[in-house]
Amino acid sequence: MKIAAIVPAYNEEAAIASVVNDINALAESQHLLIDVIVVNDCSKDATSEVISKLNCIALNLPINLGIGGAVQTGFKYALKNGYDYAIQIDGDGQHPASEIPKIVSAAVNNNLDVVIGSRFISKEGFQSSAVRRMGINYFKRLNRLLVGTVVNDSTSGFRLINRKVLEVVADYYPDEYPEPEAIIIYSLNNFKIGEVSVTMKERQGGVSSIGTFASIYYMFKVTLAIIFTFTRMKFRKR
Amino acid sequence: MVKIQIIAISVSLLFLLYIIRLIVKGKLREEYSIVWIVCTILLIVFSLWRNGLEIIANTLGVYEAPNLVFTGSIFAILIYLLHLSIVVSKLHAQNKQLAQEIALLKNEFGKKGNI
Repeated sequence: MKIAAIVPAYNEEAAIASVVNDINALAESQHLLIDVIVVNDCSKDATSEVISKLNCIALNLPINLGIGGAVQTGFKYALKNGYDYAIQIDGDGQHPASEIPKIVSAAVNNNLDVVIGSRFISKEGFQSSAVRRMGINYFKRLNRLLVGTVVNDSTSGFRLINRKVLEVVADYYPDEYPEPEAIIIYSLNNFKIGEVSVTMKERQGGVSSIGTFASIYYMFKVTLAIIFTFTRMKFRKR
Repeated sequence: MVKIQIIAISVSLLFLLYIIRLIVKGKLREEYSIVWIVCTILLIVFSLWRNGLEIIANTLGVYEAPNLVFTGSIFAILIYLLHLSIVVSKLHAQNKQLAQEIALLKNEFGKKGNI
């Protein structure tokens, strides 16, 4: 079982080394076959030099594509190189490597296509701010309304997909703020989605991709994207 | 021919010449030039046929001919802007695909020690 750990990184020179080393250390201690794939989204800092010295596959994008485009580059690599699973792990250290086995075994044991690491099941670890949690709840309701899938942490980027899903997302994956929208894509493709409880940390370095003013844009854009993706996929030829 | 007609026609012709020059020099693609050429031809037609605007406005039931010009041109501009947004969206998607291919290829060549 070959697993690709896809780490999107934009200006993460401070945190990226420990993220990559943690995953490699875990793979060794748990005897998991994990390759770390760092997708450098045209960082302006020294991320590219840092990752070139690490034990990982470095994909350097020539222009900044945004988180979705960066992660999709990793998906394309994973699909082409015959990985069975791809797990997305943020480059800022929010997602502890120690939670990877939990997510992988949930997929293997319950035969799931998508496993999402959720902060809000056992409510341990970093819980994000109240305003953000409100937004996350809103997406949970919107998704439940449209496709009936309940995902408590729909904005979590700590998620695993199998090869079947890789084939779909290598072809189409949203550019900006892809996480809530991707759940709609998975549901409408009838993939089996599961959620496991994980503990997340506060970011170890870098800044969030979503600032205060951007939050309003975020809500609006993602809502539109969700509705249009839903419409497109619901009514396409089958 | 009145003074304003001569001015309008010569400006339109200059504009048409400029568009043709842009196409010849390869700075404007033919498919995007059609709309500009059509606009120039319309300008020339209505400069020559001064009553035309009044006649068309009357047939359509528009009381003031200039209102027809504004409505028509704003509508045309909106449609053209939409067209440009579609072109930009397409370019955006193609650009993303190219960047991803480059990242994957750079990695592949890097493995062989070429870069």
